[in-house]
Order: sequence, then structure tokens, then C-alpha cells
Amino acid sequence: MVETSKESLSIQDLGLIYQTSAGPIEALRGVSLDVRDGEFISIIGPSGCGKSSLLKLVLGLQDATRGEIRIAGVPVKGPSRNAGGVFQSPVLLPWRTILENVLLPVDVMKIDRKTAMDRANELLKLVGLGGFETRYPFELSGGMQQRAAIVRALVHDPRLLIMDEPFAALDALTREQLSAEVQRLWLESGKTIVFITHSINEAVFLSDRIIVMSARPGRIVAEYKNPFPRPRTFADMGSPELASLMIDIRESLDRASAT
Amino acid sequence: MSTMIDDSAPPEAALRPLASSRFGRIGEALGYLAGLLLFWEAVVYLLDVPPYVFPAPRAVATSLWQGLSSGTFFYHLGVTLFEVLIGFVAGSLIGLLLGIGMVTVPFLNRVLYPYVIAIQTVPKVAIAPLMIVWFGFGVQSKIILVAMACMFPVLVNTIAGLRSTDSDRLSLVRAMCGSRLQVLRYVQLPSALPYIFAGLNTGVVLAIIGAIVGEFVGARVGIGVLILQANFALDLATVFALLVVLSATGVLLNGAMHLVERRVCFWSGRSSK
Repeated sequence: MVETSKESLSIQDLGLIYQTSAGPIEALRGVSLDVRDGEFISIIGPSGCGKSSLLKLVLGLQDATRGEIRIAGVPVKGPSRNAGGVFQSPVLLPWRTILENVLLPVDVMKIDRKTAMDRANELLKLVGLGGFETRYPFELSGGMQQRAAIVRALVHDPRLLIMDEPFAALDALTREQLSAEVQRLWLESGKTIVFITHSINEAVFLSDRIIVMSARPGRIVAEYKNPFPRPRTFADMGSPELASLMIDIRESLDRASAT
Repeated sequence: MSTMIDDSAPPEAALRPLASSRFGRIGEALGYLAGLLLFWEAVVYLLDVPPYVFPAPRAVATSLWQGLSSGTFFYHLGVTLFEVLIGFVAGSLIGLLLGIGMVTVPFLNRVLYPYVIAIQTVPKVAIAPLMIVWFGFGVQSKIILVAMACMFPVLVNTIAGLRSTDSDRLSLVRAMCGSRLQVLRYVQLPSALPYIFAGLNTGVVLAIIGAIVGEFVGARVGIGVLILQANFALDLATVFALLVVLSATGVLLNGAMHLVERRVCFWSGRSSK
């Protein structure tokens, strides 16, 4: 097994079993996945397919029952500086201003604030939050809060960004806007992004590759490539290639939910 | 294409009752108070109640004025306030630190919790004579009683606050490679602040009770001593005047706590997840 470290994220035969009072629950079974450096992949599946568990495992917040995860070639034994996470809700700290929230990883990881400040301001401008640095989270809309959360995940310059249904709590219009912004952010930063979602639309719009998972225990049941040129617009979603790709994914999702 | 009716438009601004403005409400409260005092004065006058049973409001006002203008009340109030403030700060700090310790170190929790509960269940009045024997008639014994009184609510609320921190916030800092101490500092303690302030608000009231109890049991100066003296002399007008002073002090301290709370926890109750 000779592997060049071109993989940002490498998951080998991952399994996760929860012990609950009602007995063990198998959340993930035999999940293997390699994500190239700079690649954008989406993971899509029915509820309860262990997508969120996958996020916790990759972020090192939980230990797998079996298998291994490597980020940039390094096995994950706990939280890693090479990964940044965005959760379903923004989880901004209400006593910190937007800029201070964005700088939280900088404080926790004890990175020099001065160097990080430029990056933070630049990223905030990039997602349209320039001018809101000194505002508090409760003064911002849900979409703006989630934008700040994305900037926070990127501020320490991790190689890998993993997002768990980051737009789940937002309205349809804001979701589209934010999808477009995530695409722009990805094109400009060249990060590796793993995007966990319920939405076929978002997955197809954003990804180079779409991974379909089955219901519990979560397994990878299908994989689709999406070579459609970038940058993509929402008008592109009507093109025959993307439309048929969406139908394919829909069918394999239906099969995954049925089992 | 749509037959939706917009029923979200607000109706014509409803007529507001006069008393709904802040000014109106204060006026209303003052009005009731004046009515109550008049009724009280009238009952005492009409039924010819002797002043050593129930003094009329005018007699109370006269006593209050005498006590304040002669400086007697201020001297004793100063001593009582000193005991209250020092004891409150010390007791709250101990409660806060113990709470943090008991949440972060499970061993401490197992060892200390039974004793904390045991001490709390003993009424402070029952411990007061012991404190006088050990620490004398001076301010020390009262400071210790005050500290014991306010420690518990701060401790309990600190523990509750630290434990109820949103798990997403904990994960957030942990995922940033945050240590146990950093999770405490960046997330748990700030999240617990509204709880801690609830404990402090209760503590401030208990602190005054603790000081007066201590002064009742054995002291040379303080509002508690004045109340006892006036009571022995059947000078109920002065007793009432001192009660007015005490409750005014309590209201002011409580108000000051709320002001600090609103400044520190300015974000509390605002929607943000």
C-alpha cells in the first residue's frame, strides 16, 4: 500500500458503534473514502445515516470503534489543527463580537493575533461581513451568523473544512446565496471541503464528487463525479448534465432509504 | 394566483392605559403607598392604638428623621454594611471557586458535596452563637456568618450554570484543540454568568439577613443592635424606622446587583445560537 500524501482526508474502513441503554447501535459500517487535496465533496444520505457522527469523528471529538482517519497523512487521535468545522447552527458566543468570535480559534490555539487579524478581516470581507466586525451575533441575521461561523472555521488556515448541514436552519433564498459564497470561498482558497447535506441541489451545485450513504448503519452506497466547469451558477442547474445527475442521485438515495 | 390574506398587518395602535408608561407606573405605586399610609394613620388614630403596640406612620417618620439627622443610623448602618459587603464578597468568591472546583474535579464533588449540604441544612441562627464564641463580638463573627449565608446560592448556581453549558459550545472549543481549562475559560464560565448572577442576587439578600442575625446574637454596634435596643425600650416607632432603613438598603443593593448584571450579561436572553 504505497500512498502518496495527495489525500487531504483519508478514511479507511471506519466503523462506529454506540452503546446505549437500549443496546448497541451501529452508526457507521466499513466507510472508506479518500479526498484529494483541494477537492470539494458532498456526503448525502437519509436521516440517521451517521453523517453527523462522521463529522465528529473527523474533528476528533469522538473515537471510532474501528478503522482509521488521516488528515493530511496524520492519523486523527483527537482534535487537529488541520481541520475546521462548521456545525448546523452557527454556535457563535453571544458575549464576543463578530471579530472576536472569528478569532476564537486563534485565541484557543495561541496563534499570534496580529497576523491572524489581517486574515480574519480579509475573510470577513470575502463573505460580505465587512463593517460588522464590532457587532454582536444577536444583531445579525441567521445567514450572517453562519457566514461568520464559516470564517471562524477558516481563520487558522486548516487544510480541511468539514461542514455539517451548515444551511439547514436557513431559508431557501439565503441557502442559495450562501452556497454561491461557499463556492467562491472554495475557488479562492483552494481548501479541501467535505460538505454534509440533505439537499441534492446543494450537493450537485457545489461538489466535484457526491457520496451517497445508506440509512443505519451508514455505508457508502454510491459515488457520482460532477465535472461540470466552474464557477457554476444556479442557471447551470437547468443544464441536461446536472439535471440528469440530480435524477441519478435521487434514485440512489431512494434505494438507500428503502434498505 | 394567490388568495392569501395578509393578516399580519398590525391593527390600529391600541389605546394604551395611562399607567402603562414608566412614569405612570411609578406614580401609580406612589399613590397606593400614600393611600396605605393614610389608612394606617387613620386606623391608629381612630382606634387609639397605643404607640408601644403599633406606632402611627407620622411617629415612624419622626424617629427615622431623628436617627438619620443625628448620624446614629448612619454609623450603625455603616458597620452593618461593612459586614454585609466583606462577607458577601468573601462568601461569593468561595462559592464560585468551590463550584468551579466541584464541576471540574469529580473527586472534589464526591468528597465535598455531602458536607456542603450538611452545613446548608443547619440554620444560620443556630450557628451564630458558636461564631460569637469563636470570633468574638466584633465584625469578624458577622462577616463569617454573612459569608456562610451567601456562599450556598452562589455555589449551587455556579454548578448548575457550568453543567448546563450548551454541548455545541463545548464541542466547538474542544475541536479547536482547546484544553479543559480553555473550555472552562472561553465557554463554560461565560455561559454560566446568568446563573451565577442569579446566585449573587439571592446571596445579597441572604447577606443582610446573616448580618442582622449575627448582630442579634451578640454585637455592640450595627442595625441589629439598634433594633434590639429599641425593642427592649418598647420604642416601636424606632424599630419601624430601622426596618425602613434595612429594606431600603436591601432594595438598593439588589438594584446595584441588577445593574452590574445587565452590564456583564448584556447578551443574556438575546436570541443567538
